[in-house]
Amino acid sequence: MSGERILLAHGEGGKRSRELVEKTIAARFVNPLLAPLFDSALLGAQPGEIAFTTDGYVVTPHFFPGGDIGRLAVCGTVNDLAVCGASPIGLSCAFILEEGLPLETLERVLDSMQAAAVEAGVPIVTGDTKVVERGKGDGIFVTTSGVGVIRNGWRPRPETVVPGDKVILTGTMGDHHLAVLIARNNLAIAADIRSDAAPLNGLLLPAVDRFGGAVRIMRDATRGGVGVTLNELAHGAGRRIVLDESRLPVSETVSAVCEILGFDPLFLANEGKALLVVDGAVASDVVALLARHTLGRGAVVVGEVAEGSPGVLLKTRVGGLRAVDYPAGDALPRIC
Amino acid sequence: MPPEGFNPLDPFRDPAAAAALIARIGEAWDGPPVRIMEVCGTHTMAIARHGLREPLRSAARLISGPGCPVCVTPDGYIDAAVALGEMPGVTVATFGDMVRVPGTRTSLERARAGGADVRIVYSPLDAVALAAADPAREVVFLGVGFETTAPAIAGSIVSAQARGIANYSVLPSLRTIPGAMALLAADPGVKIGAYLCPANVSAIIGTDAYRPLAERFRLPCVVAGFEPLDILSAVLMILRQVSKGEARVENEYSRVATASGNRKAQALMGDVLEPCDADWRGLGVLPGSGLRIAGKYAAFDAGEKIGVAIAPTPERPGCRCGDVLKGMIDPPECPLFGAACTPETPVGACMVSTEGACAAARRFGVGA
Repeated sequence: MSGERILLAHGEGGKRSRELVEKTIAARFVNPLLAPLFDSALLGAQPGEIAFTTDGYVVTPHFFPGGDIGRLAVCGTVNDLAVCGASPIGLSCAFILEEGLPLETLERVLDSMQAAAVEAGVPIVTGDTKVVERGKGDGIFVTTSGVGVIRNGWRPRPETVVPGDKVILTGTMGDHHLAVLIARNNLAIAADIRSDAAPLNGLLLPAVDRFGGAVRIMRDATRGGVGVTLNELAHGAGRRIVLDESRLPVSETVSAVCEILGFDPLFLANEGKALLVVDGAVASDVVALLARHTLGRGAVVVGEVAEGSPGVLLKTRVGGLRAVDYPAGDALPRIC
Repeated sequence: MPPEGFNPLDPFRDPAAAAALIARIGEAWDGPPVRIMEVCGTHTMAIARHGLREPLRSAARLISGPGCPVCVTPDGYIDAAVALGEMPGVTVATFGDMVRVPGTRTSLERARAGGADVRIVYSPLDAVALAAADPAREVVFLGVGFETTAPAIAGSIVSAQARGIANYSVLPSLRTIPGAMALLAADPGVKIGAYLCPANVSAIIGTDAYRPLAERFRLPCVVAGFEPLDILSAVLMILRQVSKGEARVENEYSRVATASGNRKAQALMGDVLEPCDADWRGLGVLPGSGLRIAGKYAAFDAGEKIGVAIAPTPERPGCRCGDVLKGMIDPPECPLFGAACTPETPVGACMVSTEGACAAARRFGVGA
């Protein structure tokens, strides 16, 4: 098998396509819902409201410390369900492969997807594979969709956010973003930073189960980081959020790299961190519950909802107050 | 208890030390607020990011000067860079914050989407490496900056020459800080009580470079690092000078900057670059305030080599960047601020880069 590459024939529907789907892909994702290989997966009747989400993944390099495109594709979709209070019951995955992709690369991605799916406790139940000509893709693109079932009637309720509510962040910021940038190898920086990519359903859903509507809203702080996610949240709820700079968790290494390159960790992407807005009365109990889970050990109250016009403000360490606005574009290396 | 993970710069951001300094600043001066101009964009950013302007307001007004190299780069330069990127066989290599700056026609970012070859690099030496890897293409580095980037740009030219890399050149747009500070100080419309001098520039040129300025214009000049406690300490040093009627150069940033500066970097600049007049967006042409590539390195001057010209461009109607850069008005006093002129669609120099006074006011301003 070694040295084998993806050919256009793998996507043309003939014998090679069938072999790729059955022997390489389905053989790894093995589960009863996928096994019949029907045109749709039949998920059965469900006890609660259905949540449905989708996301495309184009990250390069395909592998980086702490994760890869496959792990991201599973965790990202599971997390989009989890922050809506939904327990995932089935994922789809669609691959767009570039002619010439080493088969071994695909196999590593598939293994990683299956491992992440097992971690999240969700089966990959349906999928699709297309092959594009060399030069028309970037090796491998993955799109996953996910179906989940809402538990106990919980749902995000931005309208219930009120002054006095607390904002909880489940751990350090920026690890994923910098791990990928460093793996791209154009920062000329070596640092031991690993992506935080992880499925958050096991961390977040118990909080919803226990605290119900006292958990007002949850968001995963992915693209745009905590800064952008909180702005969306604040404007969506029509409320002002005031962050406390001294409580924002950043690892020493991420912090140092940010200082050197002029990045603000508030705007770096995470793939395994969530923000929760909760009733102030239960905030410390929610933090204690989250902190019992491996993925929530660093959970901490980072700010609160305050009176005032909608937006995000930051109380700086040295006693100032300033706005945290949407950045005008991606973080770029600066001149000085 | 603060969460796990501490910034290695925390000692320079200690809340108790900051509160103590702010209290001492209040005690050091009880006259009308002293107008202190920070001439470096990194100071502008740090002051906004840490929210330092407001706690100091009764003793000092911190006003932003023309110290962001991206902001003061004129439209005509961007147009020339775009034209280079669109030429077949030419790669334009640049620091990242130049790519979104609009010229009269388009930005490098949009030109790249239209097929121009524009690459973001972290150092001029990365651009030399690009040239070495692809000898068939001319790689032009956009040499924008002050004394901070000038030595690295000079070094890239020396390195390319030593390695026999003939397909590397620089389109220079280099400016020098003390000259611009003197011209601002001499402008009767500009009311400055003291200068907060940049950390990085001073590490290169040395703190003695500000002595003529301090003596001639009777302005306290304090070199400061970019951390909150650096800036607060420097403001305290300035106010103590003001209260004693002194006007001296002082160095708060002694952990890096020295009186004579980095002589190696100065020698490199002296070898490769020579003074010239420079056009500052928002301020116009300031005599002797720029650096160009010296004649003996003309083979590395993209302007000479490829024959691209930088056309002078008039300021845009309504834009009061010149007044902002001179510290005569605060950003929100400009009629275009936040309406016609935003970080997404900047009209004037100060909104262009994240380090510009207007961009910082827009991004970090707390508002009503």
